[in-house]
Amino acid sequence: MEMNQYMSIFIDESNDHLQSLNENMLRLEQQPEDISIVQIIFRSAHTLKGMSATMGFEDLAALTHEMENVLDLVRNDKLSMNGNIFDTLFKCLDALEAMVQDIINGGTGKGDVVELVQRLKEIVKGDAAVVGSAKATISAPASNVPASLVLDQYQLSVLSQSLDGGHKAYYIEVKVREDCLLKAARAYMVFDVLERNGEVVKAFPSVQEIEQEQFERSFSVYYISQTDENLLRDQISRVSEIESVTLNAVDRSSLEELGSAESAKDQAEERIKQTASTLSVAPITNASAPAAPLTDGNPTRPVAATAPVSGSAAPRTIRVDIERLDSLMNLFSELLIDRVRLEQLASEVRRNDLTETVEHMARVSADLQNIVLKLRMVPVESVFNRFPRMVRDLAKSLDKKVDLVIVGAETELDRTVIDEIGDPLVHLIRNAVDHGIEPITERNQLGKPEVGTVHLRAFHSGNHVFIEIEEDGKGINRPKVLETAVKRGVVTAEEAKNLTDEEVNMLIFAAGFSTADKVSDISGRGVGLDVVKSKITSLGGHVTVHSVLGSGTKFSIQLPLTLSIIAAMLIKLGSEKYAFPLSSIVETGSVKRTDIRTLHGNRMIDYRQSIIPVVSLAKLVDSPDYSDDEEAETEMLVIRKGDKVAAVLVDEFIGQSEIVLKPLGKYLANNLGIVSGATILGDGQVALIVDPNALIK
Amino acid sequence: MAEELKVIVFTLAQEEYGIEVDKVRTIERLVPITRVPKTPEFVKGVINLRGIVIPVIDLRGRFGLAETELTDNSRIIIVAANELEVGFIVDSANDVMDVMSDAIENPPEVLGGIKAKYISGVAKIGENRLLILLNLIEVLNRNEIIQLEQFGE
Repeated sequence: MEMNQYMSIFIDESNDHLQSLNENMLRLEQQPEDISIVQIIFRSAHTLKGMSATMGFEDLAALTHEMENVLDLVRNDKLSMNGNIFDTLFKCLDALEAMVQDIINGGTGKGDVVELVQRLKEIVKGDAAVVGSAKATISAPASNVPASLVLDQYQLSVLSQSLDGGHKAYYIEVKVREDCLLKAARAYMVFDVLERNGEVVKAFPSVQEIEQEQFERSFSVYYISQTDENLLRDQISRVSEIESVTLNAVDRSSLEELGSAESAKDQAEERIKQTASTLSVAPITNASAPAAPLTDGNPTRPVAATAPVSGSAAPRTIRVDIERLDSLMNLFSELLIDRVRLEQLASEVRRNDLTETVEHMARVSADLQNIVLKLRMVPVESVFNRFPRMVRDLAKSLDKKVDLVIVGAETELDRTVIDEIGDPLVHLIRNAVDHGIEPITERNQLGKPEVGTVHLRAFHSGNHVFIEIEEDGKGINRPKVLETAVKRGVVTAEEAKNLTDEEVNMLIFAAGFSTADKVSDISGRGVGLDVVKSKITSLGGHVTVHSVLGSGTKFSIQLPLTLSIIAAMLIKLGSEKYAFPLSSIVETGSVKRTDIRTLHGNRMIDYRQSIIPVVSLAKLVDSPDYSDDEEAETEMLVIRKGDKVAAVLVDEFIGQSEIVLKPLGKYLANNLGIVSGATILGDGQVALIVDPNALIK
Repeated sequence: MAEELKVIVFTLAQEEYGIEVDKVRTIERLVPITRVPKTPEFVKGVINLRGIVIPVIDLRGRFGLAETELTDNSRIIIVAANELEVGFIVDSANDVMDVMSDAIENPPEVLGGIKAKYISGVAKIGENRLLILLNLIEVLNRNEIIQLEQFGE
């Protein structure tokens, strides 16, 4: 079968499932008693197994399969989680991730899973006593209930609820004639009859397989109906080429047996695994054979079986190529221009029905605009969510205790930036845990809490998104940094004397710099931070360090919001329009000419008990047709950059609007000055976005 | 064997110019241009080209010719070269022409007041028609803008 078309789906979904596995494993580590988490983990592993087996990635499937075995014991209370199991499962996740990564990079997805599989098997075997006792129970239910049709918890509860609701439940076995040519067609007709009268809870083989004629001569179903037994038998028998129909009513007591059969199935499965693992050729015993196909057979079926359970929890999303979103956005902007044109025409033509239609179109397109603009934005969570796991592992391998506190994971960033920012953040967080946070003994001596904290924050500010990584570790040691910098030839001893603390801190970003006394496999090869810096610079952002010796270091990354949407205040300056990012505006107001004073040649005004500078936007942009000098009273925007505040004189406020940031084009890239970008207004015109940071010196 | 070269023909101060057709993205009628402050005189600003913001320069101004009022015939030719997308304002643009490569000669030092470095060649068409082929890389050379900026400051 041609698999390529499914490959991208496989990769995306595998990543999702791995992420979910990681998250839930971490949650489970916090609350090891919560079986519902185990259920989620089990389902993810199960789906992953099914997918990889379908795609032919056997190592992936083999490993998830063994993980599933362990998880299955856990969820059935036959095994309780302990440190060893957690570690092994986390190692498995790493191995799975590596294999999926290999597949993404065009590899075969092969990985050495023998050792992990062995460890998982040992965990399963460690519980041999329980498994052994299961042998006794397996034969009992299997004798009177066909083991081929073991029901899971969900289906059992459906059946028992139907019984409670006064429905009848049947176990129906249908045999087609040996000379039947179109088995699938006959089966379909039977199902047709059944579905007209009630509901099929479970079929063996699965409905899909029956439709594909993947059954011998008989198939069986669990069935709920109001219809009388005899009538049902009669109707089914009327389908041609059916040899026999067996109907067995299912009552409470047999349901309970089925329930125990379900757990027996798990144990049977267990036993098969063990047999299979001890003997490389797996001779499956007769007793357990019917149960085997349920777990070892076609992987699509287990997936289908779990679908009803996990269906509601699955995220309702689809994946779309980013280029399509780009062209959607551009096409939409064109539509807007036509809309404005239509509005003009409608006002000229003055026909009521036309005006109404155009107005409706305007409302619809406004909603559409909102949706289109938001499509490209992704919460930064998609990058952050891998960090808890990473910090846990790092802390464990370094024998430290570290808490990762994430704030602002919902902050949205453009997808293109999200894709690039992951690696730099990994470096910085690794650094924070490895170099920043002290070992437990040292923290105890210093009187700090035993558990170190790493804060990871994301927030919008102005035209930028800030991501901060702050730890309460040892801080940057100035003399040590300088000593190393001089030794590595980054600066000369002369230069070193005159550097400010800020400059010294930035030295750690220099290429080939590392102050760690010993090189660990986590960080300390001096390649990390300069790569981080160049990556962030290439994204158009920058990174700063703030550090207090003994109490911690804060890395602050400022990223541009290219192509993202910001709230802005639109203002008019004569015939021109400009946009100010709302986040930098403190307030709007007006100022009288006479209130502007001149101090040392700088124009200032009183503003809330302080004196702030006045900036004339008209002068800064050389406005061709507006000057605030002529006005007796001028509108002003009070803007803020850090602690500094300034008043900007403008002509007129237009109002707030959500705008899309667009680059000005490469040709003008180095030429921006006070303009940080452009946006396209509703009427199709371009308005420039003023960079408030450039207005405040 | 002479090769055939397809060029877009436009006029600027009574002279005819050509740009290879594969460097031209579209030809647009005049649309409102948003002025960008602190740019050289010939940078007229930016336009919205179907959702993309594109800088527009007046080719007359770029070549140091006298700038004139824009007319109904004025066009903006959007060219893409050197990873840049820029719109050129020209007096008119209304023809696509095939030029044989053996009809192209090296440019003289100064042609119609334009420096030779902006010109890749001159094609003779028919008896008395000359087509000046632009060297887009030089026309779009940003170093010159940066120098102009420094000069302006």
